[in-house]
Amino acid sequence: MNAPNKSGWKPTMEVSEDGIHTGPATTTGNHALMLEEPLLFEIGHAEVTGVDLPEIDTGAPTRLAGLERSEPIGLVGLTEPETVRHYTRLSRQNYGIDLGFFPLGSCTMKHNPRLNEKMARLPGFADIHPLAPQQSVQGALEVIHQLADWLKTLTGMPGVAMSPKAGAHGELCGILAIRAAHTARGDAREVVLVPESAHGTNPATAAFAGYKVEDIPATPQGRVDVEALKARLGPDVAAVMITNPNTCGLFEKDFREIADAVHAAGGYVYCDGANFNAIVGRVRPGDLGVDAMHINLHKTFSTPHGGGGPGSGPVVFSEALMPFAPLPFVRKDEDGEFSLVEEESREETRGQTFGRMTAFHGQMGMFTRALTYMLSHGADGLKQVAEDAVLNANYILRSLEDILYAPYADSGPCMHEALFGDRDFGGGLSTLDLAKGLIDEGYHPMTVYFPLVVHGAMLVEPTETESKASIDQFITAFRHVTERALAGDETLKQAPYYAPRRRLDETAAARKPKLGWSEPAG
Amino acid sequence: MRYLPLTDTDRADMLERIGASSIDDLFVDVPEVARLDGPIRDLPMHASEMAVERHMKGLANKNLAAGDAPFFLGAGAYRHHIPASVDTVIQRGEFLTAYTPYQPEIAQGTLQMLFEFQTQVARLYGCAVANASLYDGSTACWEAVAMAGRVTKRKRAVLSGALHPHYAQVVKTMAQFTGDTIADAQPAIQTEPDLEGLIGRIDDETACVVVQYPDILGRVSDLSKVAEAAHAKGALLVAVNTEPVALGAIKSPGELGADIVVGEGQAIGVGLQFGGPYLGLFAVRDPKHVRQMPGRLCGETVDAEGRRGFVLTLSTREQHIRREKATSNICTNSGLCALAFSVHMTLLGEKGLRELAAENHRLACIAADRLENVPGVKLLNNAFFNEFTLMLDGKPARDIVRELADRGVLGGVSLGRLYPGVAALDHALLVTVTELTTEEDIETLATELEAVLAKETAQ
Amino acid sequence: MPRYFTDEHEWIDVEGDSATVGITDYAQEQLGDIVFVELPDVGTMLDKGGDAAVVESVKAASDVYAPISGEVTEGNSSLEEEPALVNSSPEEEGWFFRMSVGDSSELEGLMDEKAYKAFVDNL
Repeated sequence: MNAPNKSGWKPTMEVSEDGIHTGPATTTGNHALMLEEPLLFEIGHAEVTGVDLPEIDTGAPTRLAGLERSEPIGLVGLTEPETVRHYTRLSRQNYGIDLGFFPLGSCTMKHNPRLNEKMARLPGFADIHPLAPQQSVQGALEVIHQLADWLKTLTGMPGVAMSPKAGAHGELCGILAIRAAHTARGDAREVVLVPESAHGTNPATAAFAGYKVEDIPATPQGRVDVEALKARLGPDVAAVMITNPNTCGLFEKDFREIADAVHAAGGYVYCDGANFNAIVGRVRPGDLGVDAMHINLHKTFSTPHGGGGPGSGPVVFSEALMPFAPLPFVRKDEDGEFSLVEEESREETRGQTFGRMTAFHGQMGMFTRALTYMLSHGADGLKQVAEDAVLNANYILRSLEDILYAPYADSGPCMHEALFGDRDFGGGLSTLDLAKGLIDEGYHPMTVYFPLVVHGAMLVEPTETESKASIDQFITAFRHVTERALAGDETLKQAPYYAPRRRLDETAAARKPKLGWSEPAG
Repeated sequence: MRYLPLTDTDRADMLERIGASSIDDLFVDVPEVARLDGPIRDLPMHASEMAVERHMKGLANKNLAAGDAPFFLGAGAYRHHIPASVDTVIQRGEFLTAYTPYQPEIAQGTLQMLFEFQTQVARLYGCAVANASLYDGSTACWEAVAMAGRVTKRKRAVLSGALHPHYAQVVKTMAQFTGDTIADAQPAIQTEPDLEGLIGRIDDETACVVVQYPDILGRVSDLSKVAEAAHAKGALLVAVNTEPVALGAIKSPGELGADIVVGEGQAIGVGLQFGGPYLGLFAVRDPKHVRQMPGRLCGETVDAEGRRGFVLTLSTREQHIRREKATSNICTNSGLCALAFSVHMTLLGEKGLRELAAENHRLACIAADRLENVPGVKLLNNAFFNEFTLMLDGKPARDIVRELADRGVLGGVSLGRLYPGVAALDHALLVTVTELTTEEDIETLATELEAVLAKETAQ
Repeated sequence: MPRYFTDEHEWIDVEGDSATVGITDYAQEQLGDIVFVELPDVGTMLDKGGDAAVVESVKAASDVYAPISGEVTEGNSSLEEEPALVNSSPEEEGWFFRMSVGDSSELEGLMDEKAYKAFVDNL
């Protein structure tokens, strides 16, 4: 076993006979630092506020068309100290990267540098209006332009659309540009090919754009079956959507051959860039024949996940698709000034644009963070990012494959994530039980049950921001819980024991949905 | 490099364990054509924190921050005071660096916050259920149109001419691909919105009518007539709100009969940020429509020991399960912005929100009265909340806005920028006033506007 | 009253020109706790093998296909309040909908109870 640190210090805890750490019941339900917190609506009051504003002058005339809101709204307030405590207590029931290792596959939970946060909060970025006269926001337009340049250079692609709000929005942007390009030449293709292992957003996006989605078969080695794909190509196939590196953690080594075949058949190649962190700075997707690819700034470029957003999903484009990219975008003019190309000037550059995806120019707050991150790492640092991320994942794969089923362990090195399955678990235990066991060990579990092509899938993505010591500790814990699962340790079925909550009844939540607070009856 | 903990010794040890002789061995599956011989060219190498900070500050300093000038912009993005504690809370690592709450036992903080947020939004909008947020107001607007199509099984949406033109463009962009028919219109420059004309466009094929409240010209009008007319034809009323502070002063869209209420939540807690990230709000008045809603929903349940807890629920609507049959391809919400909104709303409470709204309206009335007295300026609105439209003599408003900016005043949003090529709107200027606007700012705008207009007359 | 089964795990009871449709005990077992059933509107014309209803557990949504063609005449409204009936009584109280029998020759390709049992045993 790896020592957790130099001196070998390890916390120990007395446990009762059933293996659970217990003590006497408390009257509050709190357990020292583990504090319970009521709902806001149970502690707040309509007449309490945490801001000081002038009292309402009820005699003042209004110009509200007689629509004054007379009924109570039903909101409650807290003073500032109460507010800070409420949310601080809630925050402590959350796991985050700052707290520990978060190997959630396909999500790239890397450290979020705090310089990014500081830069995004400069008033010159945070306190400017999207419709401010362009002469007053030249620096902001330059940020967008510089970030666009970085993205184009890193991907080897000539064009980029910055406005998509998240990865799925970026996918939509890419597919809509493809649809617009086919439509422009009068080509009514109906089918988009997507591998079974794809993220659910891929088929959802293609279906939204009006395409029929067909599965691309995979080889037993976990890659796209190139011959089957080629056989399916034809005049009805508008595009293929392929994730590279793929969701089984492998590089699609025949990607270029696939792209050439798709192009020869008159289709376009959409690459899901969710796993760009494995190759950033080392491989340019443009060299592989990609026509469109979204980049999750919240994955590869370290903008915070924020408990589920906001993300940011710029899309890089090939020459062929650039004219169809959405508005608005930033242009550097000959005089060195930056300008925003909106509806009125669309004819100049993107005459065939498919339209507008969002009210303004995209996730500026994420652009400043991502640019800060890129400048910090530089071309050399980003290459090292990919290499360390891939090294860490292979290290985990090779440290666990002897006890945990690794379906593609013989398919060559993995990229930045290692994939396992639940084969040989005893006592009816499942991947879910193993994941919950890891929670008790102090880890956020890996991605589970994705990709769908592996039974009981466990997708482990360490990222590059973990130390070797951290990864060694994780491997030790993972091996321990795996051994319990293989041995059919029944206690895993009730895990987690030590989290703020035990397993939650999701069936009850879905059968009788309660989606907001309501005053207790009576 | 300061973000990379592996040492060269670690790397060598790990490669040995893996059985690779160099890092290149791990990239053998990359085809020959895509292999590079070093770091990507034409990009700078790594830089210190100090150096990066200097670069970014240099860019920030080229912008005129709203706080450094008299500021009157709105049109879908509003500048309000954000209490200091909002940013403190959202920078806590347990919120900032958490993921989507897929493991609810260790994500109760995010989940309880979302449950509270959903409750706040539903009440603000006068609705039964709100979701955990969408990207922004404009995409929420499209999602409402798409949802109305699912509920009514019809494919035609009627947009009010006074809907934010960017929202209308997003809807039209998406509809090109789904086969929905969008009947839109330009705003008519008149004191009251043309609700009769809007009602006249509703037919038996109409899935929904989309109305902004207050509208793009700042006008406030009773939606209940539109709701009645829509319902009589079996259509839904979608109300769009871009300024949630207004709902502390005027009736909620739900009270006026809107079936789906969507909007932009940025004005509360989020900040301007040059347009994003923002916060899409989405709520329905009839709980029966919940299963047709897009986006994440948080619900209450119990854990194995019977303690109250929260989970994401009804997720079979979503892409990761439904794949091509999902209600939307959306995969995230705007989590941290929802938190900022919720914290700010908690600090305000009912009392604070009403006072904030009243203060906005009071100052807007003062500004309207003062600006109306500038020669060459006419006030269009009878009714407004904190935003109104001025009609300017002489040059297009877009040029006047630029000249005001040269004089250090961010004087408003010209409708010419929002509606390029629509001559009737060239001379309209949308002016927004919030609690951050001082009476001195209003006086400065009036003086400078007078000077700019007079200069032109003199030429 | 004859009962037929499909290889998509629907059952259909036929009585004259009317039929009742549900999902089998095997199907509910596979799906786990049912949380919601989306039924077709009365009057919907169903095609044999086409989408007829959706049954949802917490983590999955599955389509239920029409065993034969015909028109929907009634949905089981008790499933709205109590979707768990599909788990507790899949082949009786947990029926999904009633329909007219458009073309009784379509029943010929379906399995009887014995054949279905053999089919399930082989899965």
